[in-house]
Amino acid sequence: MKGSLIILSFFATGLLLGIFRWLPPHFLNQNVSFYVLCGLMFSVGISIGNDPSSIRQFRNINPRILFLPLMTIVGTLLGVFAVSFCIKNRSIADCLAVGSGFGYYSLSSILITQYKGVELGTIALLSNIMREVMTLLFAPWMVKYFGKLAPISAGGATTMDTTFPIIVRNSGKDYAIVSIYQGFVVDFTVPFLVTFFCSL
Amino acid sequence: MIAGIAVGYLLHRWKIRFIHGLILTLIWLLLFLLGLEIGANESVVSQFPKFGFQAFLLATGGTLGSVLAAWLLWLAVKNKSTEE
Repeated sequence: MKGSLIILSFFATGLLLGIFRWLPPHFLNQNVSFYVLCGLMFSVGISIGNDPSSIRQFRNINPRILFLPLMTIVGTLLGVFAVSFCIKNRSIADCLAVGSGFGYYSLSSILITQYKGVELGTIALLSNIMREVMTLLFAPWMVKYFGKLAPISAGGATTMDTTFPIIVRNSGKDYAIVSIYQGFVVDFTVPFLVTFFCSL
Repeated sequence: MIAGIAVGYLLHRWKIRFIHGLILTLIWLLLFLLGLEIGANESVVSQFPKFGFQAFLLATGGTLGSVLAAWLLWLAVKNKSTEE
């Protein structure tokens, strides 16, 4: 809980600074976050390599975990389908197209803008950013109540980059490979599912 | 990351204790930057009052659905490993 609050406060501070432009604008143009992410991946790599037991544990993974990306996709689509009845002025296919972004907001919003216009594209952008932020904030809580696979599934397509460090921290190093695998598979399905639901 | 694993493996005789603190600090920094990027994105901020709630519903539905599906798989995997 304390960890989530600290994370939330860092996120909120960044959000406010961005909205009110209290930082010099060139700060954003330098891809700082990309380099931070690289540094983070490097550090997670060191901590995995530094612990000999974590490498051995890769072999003990239950083969049923290979179904995780499928569970993510089916679970997401069912959840979005249920919610779509509460949103009156959008068709079910539109809602499913937004949901098929799986947190990959840059690609899904661009695709949806092309097929369905700026409005739904913006919703896709907002909705998928929120999904990523939810995963980052609630990962400890998800592990506690729904098991170590839950934050990996919630992270959708982002589990091999932006949400990866948080997942490794909360689910444990043994699940690093599961997280990368799931991110890779779901990432790959995003363009297909999004264009499929847009064409319905 | 592969470079990190290699470095970590080569250094596995020395326990690198500070790495967990470093990871946590970098996670905080990354989230701060994510907030900054979203906040500075004009189209996101200006459209938020209009579409924010719909987007929130869809994000919650998708996240909850996937978490529940992962929970089912987790239970299936855990039961199997306790049987053995």
